[in-house]
Amino acid sequence: MSGSKGLTRQQMADRVAREFQDGWIVNLGVGIPTMCSNTDIGDRDITYHSENGVIGYGPVAAEGYEDLNLVNAGGQNVTLKPGAAVVHHADSFGVIRGGHIDATVMGAYQVSMTGDFANWKLKGQKGGGIGGAMDLAACAKRVFIILEHVTRDGSPRLVAACDLPVTARGVVTLVATNYGLFEPTGTGFRLLEIAPGLTVEDIRATTGGALEVLDGLQTIAVAG
Amino acid sequence: MTQKSKLRGSFAEAVADIPDGSTIAFGGFAMPGTPFNLIKALMAQGAKRLTLVANTTGGAQQPRMPDIGMLVENGQVAKVICAFTAATRPTDVLPFTKYYDSGEVDAELVPQGTLAERMRAAGAGIPAFYTPTAVGTELAEGRETRVINGREYLLEYALPLDYAFIRARTADTAGNLRFHRSQRNFCPVMATAARVTIAEIDDPVLPAGSIDPDDVHTPGIYVHRLVQVPPEPEGIWPTKRQERRR
Repeated sequence: MSGSKGLTRQQMADRVAREFQDGWIVNLGVGIPTMCSNTDIGDRDITYHSENGVIGYGPVAAEGYEDLNLVNAGGQNVTLKPGAAVVHHADSFGVIRGGHIDATVMGAYQVSMTGDFANWKLKGQKGGGIGGAMDLAACAKRVFIILEHVTRDGSPRLVAACDLPVTARGVVTLVATNYGLFEPTGTGFRLLEIAPGLTVEDIRATTGGALEVLDGLQTIAVAG
Repeated sequence: MTQKSKLRGSFAEAVADIPDGSTIAFGGFAMPGTPFNLIKALMAQGAKRLTLVANTTGGAQQPRMPDIGMLVENGQVAKVICAFTAATRPTDVLPFTKYYDSGEVDAELVPQGTLAERMRAAGAGIPAFYTPTAVGTELAEGRETRVINGREYLLEYALPLDYAFIRARTADTAGNLRFHRSQRNFCPVMATAARVTIAEIDDPVLPAGSIDPDDVHTPGIYVHRLVQVPPEPEGIWPTKRQERRR
């Protein structure tokens, strides 16, 4: 996004993807989270699950090689990795609800210091877009959120309490923004790593709740 | 097994008897599994005051394919039950939104896994179930919850259907179905929950017995009418979605 400070969208995704451990089953939400599958994380074996029942999808299909009956959660025509399987929707959400997803990565409008997050409904909106977000949020072993650090008018998205309707409460374990990597502590956010070009004071000024800073704070390694 | 073929001559014939006030579910997640041809036939058939169940009201993507939002625009719908009544991207406005905001059409917003499980439950004779999904959210306000083994769960009721419209790759005349890749999505679940399931089929419908029983995805007992999708332009097939710049 032009004009925003710190990490690019792909760099935020890269930082989260480096958390994935060998053998994990991971669900990537629409938007920036999808970009986690582009990150080079060596020979770690990750199985990507999509809510429409595709278990073990690979990269987006090359132009001219799309199977129009094979999509990921974002509706992109993806490929299958060797060993993939397809199940129906009730079974796919059995995978989710049953606690078989090691990590889900989602976008959000807001994350609170108690680990609540909001991503399905704007203020004053009638209806909303929940999709599979509430199921994933309630049931995945880890919930990772990627979002821009501030709104377009400069308000914090990391807040003391969400003022938008929440998707789930107390579930967020890790947050990557263009400013840094954070974890909700209950009374604020702990800054785990900082983006190149940002200062702790920049972040303190744009973050809701108390900001703790990890001892020996490292700068996020950026590829290329 | 049944000797009578479930194959019908046209989409119009397959939907002709659908009465006003029916509850109809539509398979599909993005394009795969969406019964485009049956949606079009239902628009021509004209049944009214319908309750429609689907993942989304549709219309956020280009090119726009037949979706349940079109049935709304056609004045046939009283209520939708969906996991999306608005687009995931706040700047997108679904065609449905205008009708919902004005109060012309009602909507029930249901988390996607809960939506699938409510239909699975209906098909499997389970009247209700507890799920951790949506606990602590606006959707759970004023509703029955229960703490089981220290965790709070929300009570959700089964969602039985009058009709299910689905799409599959392969069928035999007994109604046994096989899906291709992510065509499957909600389709098998909806088929079990419906009194009458109508499936549009990609490949030429095979004689009963042509699909090995071990390889059937949805058994023919859940499928009542089949219609062969003709080639384009008469039939409607998934197309490549136009990617939008951000």
